[in-house]
Amino acid sequence: MKSAALGFSVFALLLALVPATGNNYFVQQATFVCMYCALALSWNIIGGYAGYPSFATAAFVGLGAYAGALLQNAGLPMVAAWIGATLLTGTFAAMLGFGLLRMRGHYFAVGSIAIVEILRLVAEAWASLTGGGEGLNVPILQGGPAFAGRVFLYAMLAVMVAAFVMTWLVERGRLGFGLRCIQQNEDAADMVGIDVTKYKTIGFTLSALFCGTVGAVSASWSSYIAPTDAFSILMTLKVPVMVLLGGPGTLLGPVIGAASFTVIEQTVWSRFLDYNQAALGIVIVLLIFFLPGGVLGRIGKWRAGRRRAVLVPAAPGRAQGAAS
Amino acid sequence: MVYLQVIVNGLTLGALYACLAVGFSLVWGVLNVINMLHGSLIILGGYLTYFAWFHWQVHPIVALVPVAAAMFLLGWVVQASMINRLVQQPVLTTLTVTFGLDLLLYNAMNVAFDATPRRVTLDLGTLMFGSVIIAWDRIVAFVLALALTLLLYVVMRTSSAGRAIVAVRMDREAASLMGIRINRVYAMTFGIGAALAGACGALMALVFPITTNISGLLLGKAFVVCVLGGLGTVPGALVGGLVLGLVESFSGHWFGPQNAVLIGFVLMLVLLMTRPTGLLGRKGYE
Repeated sequence: MKSAALGFSVFALLLALVPATGNNYFVQQATFVCMYCALALSWNIIGGYAGYPSFATAAFVGLGAYAGALLQNAGLPMVAAWIGATLLTGTFAAMLGFGLLRMRGHYFAVGSIAIVEILRLVAEAWASLTGGGEGLNVPILQGGPAFAGRVFLYAMLAVMVAAFVMTWLVERGRLGFGLRCIQQNEDAADMVGIDVTKYKTIGFTLSALFCGTVGAVSASWSSYIAPTDAFSILMTLKVPVMVLLGGPGTLLGPVIGAASFTVIEQTVWSRFLDYNQAALGIVIVLLIFFLPGGVLGRIGKWRAGRRRAVLVPAAPGRAQGAAS
Repeated sequence: MVYLQVIVNGLTLGALYACLAVGFSLVWGVLNVINMLHGSLIILGGYLTYFAWFHWQVHPIVALVPVAAAMFLLGWVVQASMINRLVQQPVLTTLTVTFGLDLLLYNAMNVAFDATPRRVTLDLGTLMFGSVIIAWDRIVAFVLALALTLLLYVVMRTSSAGRAIVAVRMDREAASLMGIRINRVYAMTFGIGAALAGACGALMALVFPITTNISGLLLGKAFVVCVLGGLGTVPGALVGGLVLGLVESFSGHWFGPQNAVLIGFVLMLVLLMTRPTGLLGRKGYE
């Protein structure tokens, strides 16, 4: 765990140093990396530790984006609007979790997707508040693109660090233990005295909290939001895929997954605009078939295989079998 | 009597919804897989029908059979080569993988056919029934949708393949011990689901303009119908479809059509939270 924290610190420091290159494109990409890392870390709490297949990420991001934009348009300072959006998203998730978390498995998955669709339709229909399908403008940050780029990079970086610290505390504390128990066997966890409803609701709320911040920050960043972009079904799928890529239920897995996914997406398949979604589809299929458990799961297996090879030197073939 | 018209509209729509969801519901009930591909399979069926009509003047009702057969083969191959290996995995895995395949198919269709809305226009005229007006192509689609749903019901009740599917749905292990080849039944079930999606797409092309952009919307309808009616049974899908059709028709009449979809989703969510086994559902299906 200490090495994970160390690795993350180095990673965050490197991202913080990106503006020194003076290249605005790199700054933008680093902001994307921070944003998806924060989302993946957040999803990991409910999806990885508790094992609930939530596809509601985009609902919280979109809600945060609209809340932040409306608060900013109402005259609140930018950072205050972000905090307000975070609190609002957290409250919404806590109330929603009360109903949604009564479902399990497939029903939970479908219910969580439905939340995204419902919020999108509400944002489209409630034109007097949200501007409907035309979208909503957000005040542009003064000071030129280079300055604004840095502001938003450090804002997203701060959200990412906060999400990591939150995951770290969850992993160390009773909550992480309880959520892991729920993941393995919810009925048994209930039986041995874990307050499953409380733990699940807290986990769900925590996993939504920083999604709201990310939404609000990105609304200020792009200075324009519209229902289909804010409540994007693709994003709701991408984030769990990132965590699966890195290794669910681990501290560093979401960071590794989100960072590598974002870099691959931006460098490789953004060149094939017509085949963008097909490329994502192929990545998903390959990932599920050839990398179950993610990169970290793979490394863990490989290590376990080596350890066994040391213990049983006479059977190297078996150890190899375990590793592959 | 404006309400009579609303009811008729709701029922014709509802039969299509039932046909749209029955294959999805079967796959979910038997394989325990949420098939995110379903919406795109419907669109593919619709496109195939449209192109057969547009290029070779094949009547859509004639095209229905080969389209469904081709879709059955596609579904069989997808299931046998890929999803069969993941059936026992948690929902996160199966849903993600079918979502990935959906993106692939969606993108391929966009590149191959582009997203222009296309519709088979037969110009059959309308039927006046007192003050109620119904377009003939809607009646054709309505009758065929009901016929297809009924056909599936008969197949599931009487054929040995249908009985095997029902047996696997009830108890996978016991069915396996009775000598049913599970993987084959799964492939067949997925094939039937895809065939029904294709047939439904053919009917949809008669009534609505078909475009890849509505595949997500259709998938959402399948969710709602399944939750309304309960999983894995033909009567459940029929009831769910008709209820959704009526709900959308009435809420469109009262609150405007833009809110009809929203009301369907909210209804589903409320039902999920209070009665997750559906209106006709039995207890014990998870």
